[in-house]
Amino acid sequence: MSTLDLQELGLRKVNSTLHNADAGEWTVSNPSGQHAIACGLDKPMTVDIQGHVGFYCAGMNQQADVTVHGHAGVGVGENMMSGVVRVKGNASQAAGATAHGGLLVIEGDASSRCGISMKGVDIVVGGSVGHMSAFMAQVGNLVICGDAGEALGDSIYEARLFVAGSVESLGADCIEKEMTPEHLATLTDLLTRAGIDADPASFRRYGSARQLYHFDIDKADAY
Amino acid sequence: MDDVTDQKGVARAAPRASATFDEYTLSEIRRAATTGIYDIRGAGAKRALPHFDDLLFLGASISRYPLEGYREKCGTDVILGDRFASKPLELKIPITIAGMSFGSLSGQAKEALGRGANAAGTSTTTGDGGMTVEERGHSKQLVYQYLPSRYGMNPDDLRKADAIEIVVGQGAKPGGGGMLLGQKITERVAGMRSLPVGIDQRSACRHPDWTGPDDLEIKILELREITNWEKPIFVKIGGSRPYYDTALAVKSGADVIVLDGMQGGTAATQNVFIEHVGLPTLGCIRPAVKALQELDMHRKVQLIVSGGIRNGADVAKALALGADAVSVGTAALVALGDNDPRWESDYQALGSTAGAYDAWHEGRDPAGITTQDPKLASRLDPVVAGKRLANYLGVMTLEAQTIARACGKNHVHNLEPEDLCALTVESAAMAQVPLAGTAWVPGTPLG
Repeated sequence: MSTLDLQELGLRKVNSTLHNADAGEWTVSNPSGQHAIACGLDKPMTVDIQGHVGFYCAGMNQQADVTVHGHAGVGVGENMMSGVVRVKGNASQAAGATAHGGLLVIEGDASSRCGISMKGVDIVVGGSVGHMSAFMAQVGNLVICGDAGEALGDSIYEARLFVAGSVESLGADCIEKEMTPEHLATLTDLLTRAGIDADPASFRRYGSARQLYHFDIDKADAY
Repeated sequence: MDDVTDQKGVARAAPRASATFDEYTLSEIRRAATTGIYDIRGAGAKRALPHFDDLLFLGASISRYPLEGYREKCGTDVILGDRFASKPLELKIPITIAGMSFGSLSGQAKEALGRGANAAGTSTTTGDGGMTVEERGHSKQLVYQYLPSRYGMNPDDLRKADAIEIVVGQGAKPGGGGMLLGQKITERVAGMRSLPVGIDQRSACRHPDWTGPDDLEIKILELREITNWEKPIFVKIGGSRPYYDTALAVKSGADVIVLDGMQGGTAATQNVFIEHVGLPTLGCIRPAVKALQELDMHRKVQLIVSGGIRNGADVAKALALGADAVSVGTAALVALGDNDPRWESDYQALGSTAGAYDAWHEGRDPAGITTQDPKLASRLDPVVAGKRLANYLGVMTLEAQTIARACGKNHVHNLEPEDLCALTVESAAMAQVPLAGTAWVPGTPLG
């Protein structure tokens, strides 16, 4: 286990050290809410960040297992491709935005636009999510153990949404769908991998009605 | 005009078409009434706008010495992105190829753009949908667009790029997103965008994880950290509020500003948007340059201007007004063979004519450029088309050099507003140069 003191080394040195390392176990101390910490990693390494982080922590992550022992700012795990990003606290807006793969776990709450335009990532939120979450979500799974805010899944494509609590409202073209055994198995696996204790049977599933896949002037009121 | 009488011999005034309800307007009303949907098309604004043709160079005189054509050197090289990036782009000519996506363009067209740009010593740019292996392979210097949709966006391609262009907007539709219609969504295009085959694919109008200049600054920081501070970061803005947007992009840490006026092309947008939103290119340049000058960043943060650049005179005028380089999209496609009269019967079959064809979104381009149909795309030979583009870029460069030498400049970047005059009051105000034969510069500059 090697420790990088962000306050002492600065962001560039910390990130370049992680980028150039072969792998291994790393700790980043004194993050102090700085932005872009541990972004662009591409090695099977573990990185423990001991505190709160700013924007885009673990952005575009590949292979690495990054844990934030605190809260995360906007866009944690944005466009991540693989690996695991875990936030022990809460996350701000656009968590996992446009992410293509891997697993993003937010043990607390996530703010608005969680999973916006997600493209294959799996996201598990231990608490609730804010409005417009999964907006234009394309592929992947978003698991919400708490409640969802307004306009969940607005203009959604093929992503699958699982919500245990209440949904304030569904966005355009997002509907409740049947929870099949296959979906239940997927959900159970995601909760297990995320290490979150929740009853899969308590969830409801939402997805695309696929009514807006081709622009149709007769449906203009839906836009 | 002959006298007009009706069937009963009663004198009538000659039939008079309305200037307000002209032939095109009437046809558009009829089209809207028939279809119930707005018109979508490609390309940029087609209306008459104040443009570079409204400016003239003064040339040399007793007080200005010209350089000898064909003998005295006139440089054209340009370095883009040396403010923060450790590996700026070094181009032989100040003309780059604008961002156009694989998806909107055929693979052959993208290859031809790369070949032509390579031969001319300049860069090409990806578009929505990500980077293809072919375009990386055929482009020595490739700018990777970072768009709101983030279709195909991945860090491996980010690192393979020679520069990164964060697209905030484009001149044809500042404030607008896009829609690639299902008929152009082949299996490959769909795979690159992580969406099903054959469905309409919306491109978002704003970025999913940042809003405003403070956030943009952090986004740029992230991109620099991921790419080891090597890549120049461009910020592309549509011609809307160029003074403020340029200042904010500089504040956010951009290395290069790409400023696209409303004549700049799009793959597909509502006609009403293209024609009625944004500023003409001519009206964008001076406000942007003023912002750069006030921040002491002119020539430190480079300015690339696009939107209706057609020839070397346009290049020279844009540079004289303060740009560091220009970018061509529509003109590059024409050089490849877009709208070529050789396909006239095909254009007519589509309800258009060579020179006016703009249904680029439908994927039925007879020239094989704005299509994903393999049969149509095979009409374009990328080697031949690439050579045509290289020729065209070469001619534009020679023309710009010719003008620069006539103005006594040993580098095209030494052209300046003082070398210009305007033919109309409007263009004089926009370009902030005197009306021809006068010392009058109308208008109040922004800022």
